[in-house]
Amino acid sequence: MRTLRAYLRSPAGIIGAVLLVAVIAAALSADMLFPRDPMALAGRPLQWPGANPRVPLGTDNLGRDIAGFVCHGARVSLLIGLVASVVAVGIGVLVGAVAGFYGGWVDDLLMRITEAFQTVPNFILLLVLVAVFGSELGVITIAIGLVGWTAPCRLVRAEFLSLRSREFILAARGLGMRDAQLILGEVLPNALPPVIVYASVVMALAILLESALAFLGLSDPNIASWGNMIGAGRSVLRTEWYVSAIPGAAILVTVLAFSLVGHGLNDALNPRMQVL
Amino acid sequence: MAQMGGGSAEDAARLRTQYGLDAGVAVQLGRYLLRLLTFDLGQSAIYGKPVASVIAERLAVTALFMSCALAFAFSAGLVLGVLAARRVNGWPDTVISTLGLVCYAIPSFWLGLMLIVLFSVKLAWLPPGGFESIGAGLTGLDRMLDIATHLVLPVLSLALIFLAIYLRLMRASMLEVMNLDFVRTARAKGLTEGRVLWRHVLRNALLPMVTFVGLQFSTMLGGSVVIESVFSLPGLGRLAFESVVQRDLNTLLGIVLVSAVLVIIVNFLVDILYARLDPRIGA
Repeated sequence: MRTLRAYLRSPAGIIGAVLLVAVIAAALSADMLFPRDPMALAGRPLQWPGANPRVPLGTDNLGRDIAGFVCHGARVSLLIGLVASVVAVGIGVLVGAVAGFYGGWVDDLLMRITEAFQTVPNFILLLVLVAVFGSELGVITIAIGLVGWTAPCRLVRAEFLSLRSREFILAARGLGMRDAQLILGEVLPNALPPVIVYASVVMALAILLESALAFLGLSDPNIASWGNMIGAGRSVLRTEWYVSAIPGAAILVTVLAFSLVGHGLNDALNPRMQVL
Repeated sequence: MAQMGGGSAEDAARLRTQYGLDAGVAVQLGRYLLRLLTFDLGQSAIYGKPVASVIAERLAVTALFMSCALAFAFSAGLVLGVLAARRVNGWPDTVISTLGLVCYAIPSFWLGLMLIVLFSVKLAWLPPGGFESIGAGLTGLDRMLDIATHLVLPVLSLALIFLAIYLRLMRASMLEVMNLDFVRTARAKGLTEGRVLWRHVLRNALLPMVTFVGLQFSTMLGGSVVIESVFSLPGLGRLAFESVVQRDLNTLLGIVLVSAVLVIIVNFLVDILYARLDPRIGA
């Protein structure tokens, strides 16, 4: 309750929450508002927005209804963002917690692995994973998660390093708690606030990564992903630029919503930390 | 063989031996690592040349592109961050911070497309893609100007997201340093506000920025894949994209290796610079 009130004090957080609710509403109502398949032909291709009341945002070069596509795309983006960040934060918390809690050679080993992942640019690693494992939706989502776990891992490790020698942990150890109990029950809950804040950043990054991949035509071609439509609109960019512009604006709004929510959460959960 | 449209079983077997695909996974990995020791990245299946020379041809474009984007993001982020920090919560700060948030959320490839629409299609000020005018036969200064006009849009679209990051970081670290004791001392000495900012605050506030350049470099290199494809720049990133599409795995692996090495080199340079900026960090 107190966290909620603190959250509502930050204007960035409120705007972010409103935008996010709008995006979620679009995703949930996609089937009601646009019951037709978003990939199906909806009318003459390349109608400008506003020209035909049946397709309010016009049609793209394949004759798909842009408004319907954008709504259904919200669903795909949110799903990918959610699952990928659960994967990324999950791996990150696991590795970071073990490394930070035990220290010593375990820490060294795990950190060298993390560094190896960090030296290879995210997007290039993603390309390799896609080239090797194919580009179905599930594979892409997990690949994006695999690419993004290093930052949450470092964050969790740093928190664990600073927490593990605090008095309450020593006291818990003195009570005879086992390591697993200590990690899950004592240290992790205290390390979690910055991780929750960072999860919103991971979510935004995941959506951006997927849309970039879809834009290049390397994501799953059978799903209504915003990046797909931007890529398709590229061939008519010179004259019908709205085909690329509209789904791009949808990405912009969604990513902005997540980073604003991150700001709000940051102000509410750890007022002294600056989130990047 | 898929590109040739099929072939006989003998051809397939011959190709397998030629590319060493008949050996086990461990043996193939061992061979690859052994060849790496002599900087041999293998043959590119598509270009019919050693991967190392294919990559070397593309490296210069990417290096130029990346350094322009980095320089622009860093300097613009620095200036905007200082401006925002000087008047915290005043209107310049609000405008700049909002701008930073929005820039951070813009997908770079989309920004690139929109810049093309605006500056190349509507206004016809700048070329929509390519590295230089082909067949113009320009030399010297003319060629440099030509390349520069080709690079404006790609640099802008790649750099904006990093500009947003640097600007926020610079603002935060300026605010932090401005509250430190030595700044109060400098003010008490009677130094002008400008001198306090430039000589005392800025130098100390720069440290986190410099660290971040190293940390963000690998993200930037990844971003160049998409931007180089949007603007058809013949660089490393576009090569990575093409090798995925053409199933040229040797080249792709080579790029992964080279980009990792680039990231390590940049981080090494950043560490050296760090020691120069902050004498407290021992050499």
